[in-house]
Amino acid sequence: MSLLGATGLAIMLAIVLYLARALAGPTIFDRILALNALGTKVVLLVVVLSVVSGRTDQFDIALVYALLNFVGTLAVLRLVQARRGA
Amino acid sequence: MTLQGSASAVLLAAGCFFVITGGLGVLRMPDFYSRLHPAAKGDTLGQVLVLGGVAVHLGAEWACLKLLLVAGFLLLTSPTATHAVARAAHLAGSDAEPEA
Repeated sequence: MSLLGATGLAIMLAIVLYLARALAGPTIFDRILALNALGTKVVLLVVVLSVVSGRTDQFDIALVYALLNFVGTLAVLRLVQARRGA
Repeated sequence: MTLQGSASAVLLAAGCFFVITGGLGVLRMPDFYSRLHPAAKGDTLGQVLVLGGVAVHLGAEWACLKLLLVAGFLLLTSPTATHAVARAAHLAGSDAEPEA
């Protein structure tokens, strides 16, 4: 197994671990934390898979998703804050 | 084993280690405030190391500039997002109640 394939498997394992926390977290903030970290792992997985398949033009997808993940996390936090009336 | 191959192997292995320990830490830590630490620090370092390892593996190509851009952006925004989560949880109450 090539090293990039092992890296992809490790990132997928980390995604499953974050997903477990996102499903089980008792508070909403646990879930937001886990989903933000999961999104950044998806960015890494896209990069690794694009290198494995040889098409390096898919790095743009990773960059766009990194931006979307960050903005989405802040938006969900603002929504939770507004819903609490703070 | 060339220098480029072994350097990228070391970076990728270290990055995988930090990525897995970040995920394991967020799953296994006892309460919310201690879960912030692996998510902010180990996670971010793992991302930078993995992206650096992939960039070294590719060698001298223009696509590596995009990877450095992604790595720089993640280095800036991943701790910022975790800080925003921590601040929101702190403002919601020192032990944020379950099921918002």
